[in-house]
Amino acid sequence: MKLTLKVWRQKNASDQGGFVTYPLDGISKDMSFLEMLDVLNEELAEKGEDPVHFDHDCREGICGMCSLYINGKPHGPQQTTTCQLHMRSFSDGDTITIEPWRAAAFPVVKDLVVNRSAFDRIIQAGGYVSVNTGGVPDANEIPIPKVIADEAFDAATCIGCGACVAACKNASAMLFTSAKISQLAMLPQGQVERKNRAEKMIAQMDAEGFGACTNTGACAAECPKGISLTNIARMNREYFSAVLSSDNV
Amino acid sequence: MSWVTKTLSSTLGRKLIMALTGLFLILFLTGHVSGNLLLFKGDGGEAFNIYAKFMTTNPAVKLLSYLTYISIIGHVIYSIILSLKNKSARPVGYSVSKAGTNSSAASRNMGVLGTIILIFIVVHMQSFWAQMHWGSIPTVTYGGEEYKDLYSIVYAAFQVEWMVALYVIAMIFLGVHLSHGFASAFQTLGLNHKKYTPAIEGLGKLYCIVVPALFASMPLYIYFTQS
Repeated sequence: MKLTLKVWRQKNASDQGGFVTYPLDGISKDMSFLEMLDVLNEELAEKGEDPVHFDHDCREGICGMCSLYINGKPHGPQQTTTCQLHMRSFSDGDTITIEPWRAAAFPVVKDLVVNRSAFDRIIQAGGYVSVNTGGVPDANEIPIPKVIADEAFDAATCIGCGACVAACKNASAMLFTSAKISQLAMLPQGQVERKNRAEKMIAQMDAEGFGACTNTGACAAECPKGISLTNIARMNREYFSAVLSSDNV
Repeated sequence: MSWVTKTLSSTLGRKLIMALTGLFLILFLTGHVSGNLLLFKGDGGEAFNIYAKFMTTNPAVKLLSYLTYISIIGHVIYSIILSLKNKSARPVGYSVSKAGTNSSAASRNMGVLGTIILIFIVVHMQSFWAQMHWGSIPTVTYGGEEYKDLYSIVYAAFQVEWMVALYVIAMIFLGVHLSHGFASAFQTLGLNHKKYTPAIEGLGKLYCIVVPALFASMPLYIYFTQS
């Protein structure tokens, strides 16, 4: 395949940045999108140029590290992670525009790499359960109905990649935050910190500078893990009931 | 900050205000369109004028009207606050965006649609509401009691082509605004459930067509049946 890549290049956080066009030849349809970028980077390295920086880790679609806004969509044309996107989704002669996630809360570090530690701080604010130290508890010690376990697990499949923020016209982190609140709110282990969790995680989400939700549904439509909008409704219920009944005056 | 102000200044609190004011305005529109159906009665406006007097003098209706003004103002102010925050959440935009593949145009343009509707509301209130309250309106007498002849004002207004066009076009924008807003308000309130959400969405689709169509039919009816 012969391709033209329009890639966002930005030296560092304070650099203005801009698009650089790279022609690329000899790309196999069976390559993953990241392998295609690897080919580009090898060519750049051979020429002594700075390779394009992009985030990636497991390349199995489970870690949430890869990002990239490809041709106007987070993770590209398929509803999957960028590492699981293959060049067969493109045609010979295509021009592919690659941009970083765009959000005030996700500042660009370099090229296509953005700092997503805002998500970590939302988790640190309340996305945990407190457990006793000591011996490992027995599996299935706490009985949880299968339907509830399944629903909590569906929410827990969120890998925190940030595609929801990237897709949202408001750069809102509500789908991410709601998945993280939901997975714990549904389980017995999550009850102790339930009210505090909802209040603190949402306060942190706001403090990070993410936008509000317009219920466009773009986040769920682009989420590689299929996290649904019902989580946002649940988060709203969690939050409103928490502020009405918690001890935080 | 007290817990109340803290909640209402959070994104979710602000969204709550948008949803509650929006839903109240939907209720208002239902009442407004129902009452205005009296324009079709063909009695020279008697029933409509009696209704208009009731609506401007009854204390319970007065209370509702104040709630409506507050809802409109609150809906507008909070939409501006939220839009500014949303804008600042993405200072640098994308050069290529295929938002059309993951969301509806209505949902992405609620602010623009709302602004057009607000302009319409100003013109609309100036034409009828302000006239009814402070204008010099001719009076009519039914059964020995004097009534302001609002019907004649409405009738005269809808002889003007651009007024009819403005009303019909504004109602199209209102319909599009409601096509997203109706169901969206329930989602914001946290009311998303597989039992009820399909019904809410269905009702929203029906509402966003029927109510604006009924409103739009009034100027059209008067314009095309003028004697």
